[in-house]
Amino acid sequence: MTTAIAPDMSAVPLRYSAPIGGVAGTSFKPEHLQAILGANQRRGFFEVHAENYMGAGGPPHRALEAIRRDHPLSLHGVCMSIGGPQPLDKAHLARFRGLVARYQPALVSEHLAWSTHETSFFNDLLPLPYTAATLRNVCDHIDQVQDAIRRPLLLENPSTYIAFRESSMSETDFIRTVAERTGCGLLLDINNVFVSATNHGFSALDYLADFPLARVGEIHLAGHAEQADDEGDLLLIDSHDGPVADAVWKLYEIVVRRRGGVPTLIEWDSKIPDWPVLQAEAAAAQAILDRCRPVGLTGDRHAA
Amino acid sequence: MPPEPDLGFAAAFAPALLDPVRLAPEIVTGPNGKAPGKRYDVYRNNVTVSLIDALAAIYPAVQRITGIDFFRAMARFHVRQTPPISPLLFDYGRDFPAFIAQYEHAQMMPWLADVARIERAWLDAYHAADAVPVSPAQLAAVAPERLGDLVLIPHPAAGIVRSQFAAVTIFAANRDTSPVGRIDAASPEDALVTRAEFDVVVRHLPPGGAAVASSLMSGRPLGEAAARALDAAADFDLASNITGLIEAGAFTSIAFGDV
Repeated sequence: MTTAIAPDMSAVPLRYSAPIGGVAGTSFKPEHLQAILGANQRRGFFEVHAENYMGAGGPPHRALEAIRRDHPLSLHGVCMSIGGPQPLDKAHLARFRGLVARYQPALVSEHLAWSTHETSFFNDLLPLPYTAATLRNVCDHIDQVQDAIRRPLLLENPSTYIAFRESSMSETDFIRTVAERTGCGLLLDINNVFVSATNHGFSALDYLADFPLARVGEIHLAGHAEQADDEGDLLLIDSHDGPVADAVWKLYEIVVRRRGGVPTLIEWDSKIPDWPVLQAEAAAAQAILDRCRPVGLTGDRHAA
Repeated sequence: MPPEPDLGFAAAFAPALLDPVRLAPEIVTGPNGKAPGKRYDVYRNNVTVSLIDALAAIYPAVQRITGIDFFRAMARFHVRQTPPISPLLFDYGRDFPAFIAQYEHAQMMPWLADVARIERAWLDAYHAADAVPVSPAQLAAVAPERLGDLVLIPHPAAGIVRSQFAAVTIFAANRDTSPVGRIDAASPEDALVTRAEFDVVVRHLPPGGAAVASSLMSGRPLGEAAARALDAAADFDLASNITGLIEAGAFTSIAFGDV
């Protein structure tokens, strides 16, 4: 009866976008729209938080359509609560599928975390213990997401501040097993690795050596903030509010040498800088991607 | 074999997130026997601050009126009492105007809740489905004898907020950063919120206008809406009001009879 313009996305077929290879991209922030469209620059991709585009219409969709016209898109879910014990929110999953159908993103990712318990949504990426029970639960949830979107999901490793007494396996063992059982890909957030390594006192290099790099389909780089724990020792906060730290750049270069070119995102979600600042961070990542050639790991070099 | 660990971690982890009096849950720890207190507080802080930020983003005029410290204290109470039930944060805060209305420290600003209601309607219009509004020419083409049975289909972005105070003027004066002059808060104002295309627009309806607009938007025929408006304001100018609603983009199409 109403003359709605937006079609019903549940009926739109799901299609893949072409793979994007060793390209650096940035978070898309609406305040940068005019600068991006005016720059006429085509290399690179943009990532958005899926939930920000789950409204029915209005300016957010117009902005995303304008960006998507000329650039590959990465759709990054933040609220699916894949790591939580309760069943996935079916309505939310349908909205997620609708966005994948509408925008045909090159990359689709979610977090190894939870954010909803009972009826409350906590708007944070909360941690989970690594046990046989949580492993089965996470695999079930990823199966459901992948069934809905008909493509592999990239699962992101978390940054954490606490550990669970009941955990019975390492994070890398947990993530590797999830990927093997579900066929999902992985989003390796190197800042998260650095933050967690500092907070829990393990070696970031050991973690990366143990991480199934061949399954990594995207890398995240971001800035972090510094606080102190109860003992007065350094506690890093995954704040996404500043430039990538030198130590994280070094880890990134090591990963790219081993893994080869992988789409790499500069994540910047608060205290958003002017577009040229974000663009310069992406250019720094692109320089590493262009400079570093993978050694060994043949068969991983399909990234252009 | 020991019993397999269950999935009770979330039930143990969640309750202290919005309750500063509770200690960090027993199930978590720092590395090598370190304390979990400040580590768990990072999550507590992320949850509370991000949800207060979400309310500040939805209610910028309310925050400008109260000042940031007042707003954040008020929002913190609301966040702890009424956390979101949807992962879509642009849907959050629907209960915030009612919370403001009964908030002890906001009683000297009795119009503040209505300003918040307009801001909530503004964001709903912003995210509403896109639709092409019906044009004044389409209405002009209707034969006069059919006008009484005419029904207008509301635009998905259209909304009405009624206030006993000057809520529209106060809202408009506080949505940007320019200085605010003196406002007579006691003058009642009703708002029409629409988004015909790109921009959300908030208009001040004339006396009787909210009655007719509400009646039309709930699917009542024009003849009935006109009678209600005349009850509300004897000198009501129906023709110019209907034209104003149409031009604002409040409706998407015309129908006849009960829809």
